[in-house]
Amino acid sequence: MSGVRVRCRLFARYAEVVGREEVVLELPPDAVVADAVAALRARVPGGELLPARPLVAVNLQQVLPGDRLHDGDELALLPPLAGG
Amino acid sequence: MAFLTRAPIRPDELLAAVQSPERGANTLFLGTVRRGPDDGPVVRIEYTAYDAMLESEFAAIVTEAETRWPGTRVAAVHRLGDVPLGEASIAVATAAPHRTAALDAGRYVIEQAKQRLPVWKREILADGSAAWRDNAGGRVASGPPPR
Repeated sequence: MSGVRVRCRLFARYAEVVGREEVVLELPPDAVVADAVAALRARVPGGELLPARPLVAVNLQQVLPGDRLHDGDELALLPPLAGG
Repeated sequence: MAFLTRAPIRPDELLAAVQSPERGANTLFLGTVRRGPDDGPVVRIEYTAYDAMLESEFAAIVTEAETRWPGTRVAAVHRLGDVPLGEASIAVATAAPHRTAALDAGRYVIEQAKQRLPVWKREILADGSAAWRDNAGGRVASGPPPR
C-alpha cells in the first residue's frame, strides 16, 4: 500500500522561521497529524524551531494530533491566532 | 458576501447588508488599529491569513449566530494587508427585531472571531521595528524590519 502525500502550509512566523510557505510530505499510509508535524520538524531546514504541538488544520478544519491523514490532504500549521 | 477584504472596510455597506424594515435594532462593531501601550507607538499592522479557512470559519460563526438568535442578520469582514493606525481591521454588523438579540449576536461573533479566525498580525512601530503579536497580548517574536 502506498503512502500519503500531504501538502503542508505554513503561515506568519512559522513561514518566517523555515523560510518557506509550503512543503509537500510523503508519509506512511497510516500517518496521523502528529507524524506530519514531526516530519516537518525533522526534514525541513529550520523545522526544529517549530513547536512540537502546534495548532493544526486539515482541509480547513482544526484537528487533533492523533487524527489520520489521507492522500491529498492540505495540512496547515497555525501560529497563535491574532485576528481582530 | 466575502468575509475578507484588502481594501478599507465600508461600515455603511455592512449595515446595509443586514438592515430591513422588520429589524429595529442595528449594531456595528469596529475593531481599529490602536497605538498600543507597551513597546512603542504602532503605526500600522500587517495582517495575513489562511484565506480559505478564514472564509469558511467566518461563515460558520455567522451561521451559528443567526441560528442562535433567530431573526437576526449578521454581516462581518476582516481586512488583510497593511492597516494604518486608526483604521478598522474587523467589522461586525447585526440587525434584529430587538436590541438584546442584536447586541448579543454581535458580541458572539466578535468573540468567536478572535478565538477562531486563522489571522496573524505583525505590528510595525514608529522606529521601523516589527513584531508578531498574538491575541493573548504577547509579543511573539521579533521579525525583520519592514520593506
